Amino acid sequence: MDSRSAGNLLKEKFPEAVAGIEEFRGEITVTVEAQKLFAVMTFLKQSDDLSYDMLIDLAGVDFPAQKLRFTISYLLHSMKFNNRLRIKTMTAPGVDVDSVCALWRAADWMERETAEMFGITFKNHPNPKHILLVDDFVGYPLRKDYDVKGPNFDRPFQVSLEE
Amino acid sequence: MGVEPAVPATVQEVVNWARKNSIWPVTFGLACCALEMMVASSATYDISRFGAEVFRPSPRQTDLMIVAGTLTKKMAPVLRRIYEQMPEPKWVIAYGACACSGGIFQSYNVVQGVDQIVPVDVYVPGCPPRPEGLLKAIIELQKKIAVEPAGQRSLVSLPWGNNG
Amino acid sequence: MAESRTMTINMGPQHPATHGVLRVLLELDGENVAKSEPHIGYLHRGIEKLFESMTWRQGLPLTDRLDYTSGVSNNLAYCLAVEKLLDIEIPRRAQYLRVMMAELQRIAAHLLWLGTHALDLGAMTVLFYTFRERETILEILELATGARITPSFVRIGGLADDIPDGFLPRVSEFIKDLPSRIDDYETLLTKNPIWKRRTQNVAAMSAKDCINYGVTGPVLRASGVNYDVRKAYPYSSYQDFDFEIPLGKNGDVYDRYLVRLIEMRQSGRIIEQALEKLPTGPVSAVDAPRIVPPDKKDVQTDIASLIRHFKIMQEGFEPPVGEVYASIESSKGELGFYLVSDGSSNPCRVRIRPPSFINLGALPAMIDGVLVADVVAAIGSIDIVLGEIDR
Repeated sequence: MDSRSAGNLLKEKFPEAVAGIEEFRGEITVTVEAQKLFAVMTFLKQSDDLSYDMLIDLAGVDFPAQKLRFTISYLLHSMKFNNRLRIKTMTAPGVDVDSVCALWRAADWMERETAEMFGITFKNHPNPKHILLVDDFVGYPLRKDYDVKGPNFDRPFQVSLEE
Repeated sequence: MGVEPAVPATVQEVVNWARKNSIWPVTFGLACCALEMMVASSATYDISRFGAEVFRPSPRQTDLMIVAGTLTKKMAPVLRRIYEQMPEPKWVIAYGACACSGGIFQSYNVVQGVDQIVPVDVYVPGCPPRPEGLLKAIIELQKKIAVEPAGQRSLVSLPWGNNG
Repeated sequence: MAESRTMTINMGPQHPATHGVLRVLLELDGENVAKSEPHIGYLHRGIEKLFESMTWRQGLPLTDRLDYTSGVSNNLAYCLAVEKLLDIEIPRRAQYLRVMMAELQRIAAHLLWLGTHALDLGAMTVLFYTFRERETILEILELATGARITPSFVRIGGLADDIPDGFLPRVSEFIKDLPSRIDDYETLLTKNPIWKRRTQNVAAMSAKDCINYGVTGPVLRASGVNYDVRKAYPYSSYQDFDFEIPLGKNGDVYDRYLVRLIEMRQSGRIIEQALEKLPTGPVSAVDAPRIVPPDKKDVQTDIASLIRHFKIMQEGFEPPVGEVYASIESSKGELGFYLVSDGSSNPCRVRIRPPSFINLGALPAMIDGVLVADVVAAIGSIDIVLGEIDR
């Protein structure tokens, strides 16, 4: 089944979870409510007509003007039918999202990175530690209100060897 | 016609000559400049004619640290620790724009210049500099070592540390 | 009663065989690995954040520094994504030249991989052989682009400039010699009993595990899964070329080595076909005045071109609101760019889908229970580049 039909099938099966379907430059994007995300993802992976067995990408985007400011975007690929589908969900600081590590192990590191860059918490994640930043990093770099140069850019960097 | 008498040299000059012709670098390639550093030790550019092809992984057996690539704040303590593990005499070459001054990465996680962490002897700008730049840096370093006055560095390096 | 404990050792960020600043914490039970944990982030430069503070065109040199073993491929992936967002058409000569350069870069990256992987496992001779070929490729690229490692040659709308006169003869001379050079490497390694003992049945991964972990590239193909972005979602006129995708059987280190060698030969085939069929014409999109800068001669004589050049460099262009994902098959796997545009001249979000990051996530599963010496073979066989992992 190609991705357009996949989007329509999702809308039939989960009418209250699917908030919208868009098509732009040949790509289908389905927006899903955050609470129903895990059920939708499980269906996408395990259904024989859809069979989205590979998670290609997981990205977070910050739109500070919106009420649910963080958008998490999952890109799925089906080996059997060779098409891609994007699933988006919106969340806000303090609202948890289900982790999809149980379905695709590829999500493990990508969710850790999104969590530390934006400050999103993924429920049931097996190892929610920092991955790219130091463990005691303060702030969330990819949020729009974090300056690219960071704090204390003009002062020399002091290194400490205690640990 | 006789042979000219050998010019008497001071102990310091002999020591300097020995040090400059056998500089052993430690492998400290961080990013893209590391590729050019590896190429400099291959046949076309041949760093071995300067006595420097013995790249040692362990800092305790080296005299030169070529910092090639971007230094981030997470890596800075590691750099300092490796520098302190090197015995005297030791020198540092900052290879590439990122090591000299942070390069094109003016961001929250990049140290703007390796000289904030360790003292640097030769700077090589470029992004990445050609391998000939590294060879020129080694030649400049050799010139710098040749004129080191007596008493600036201890002649013998003690194992229990007077690294300063 | 004595109880057995595991010993934790640190394969630190400064290490000759970790191909960059990677730290792996190994918990050893005797000589076998009980648990492993890679620590990354020692080269995190904030590239994704830096993109948001520059215009679309200014961000291009940042992409060179991602997978620094093959600079042109990263440029190509970024430009494909931006061109998809803008919906402009690229002339065929530019597409064929992009294919030629991307395949040359694939050969260069695989040569570097082969040299350093063999060096890690003790076969030092191979390094000097492969670096000789790699120098030839870098000189060819320098002839056209001006730089060896960070070319920034593929631009939005086409290429930076047309290729100079001596370029095509040198490429064809290199391609004629390539099969015999790859035969040299095979003579040294493929039937070598020491190489086979060190690489066969080491760090094998099944096809199902690879897909679940999101692994792409030669590691996935060595496990038998036929997924190559050049065939699955063709880009930049790859559908015009005739080439095969090598597949492995066991998914171990030896199969990954064979897959990459055959890929080098197939890349040589593609470049031969591109040389034969290279069309003439412009190398940049002709109907995109706000995206492609004018010719330098015009900028210096004609006021309208000067103003257009100034506006492109200062303000950039404003793409439509939307999001796109475009990917290429780089030498490490599927390198993708996910761009979100809010209609302004700076990107709202640039997300880089790094193949080495996701492939490295599968490392703990690969080295569960192996000997310490095999850890080095496994890390080398995944072919990681820390610039891409940490961004």
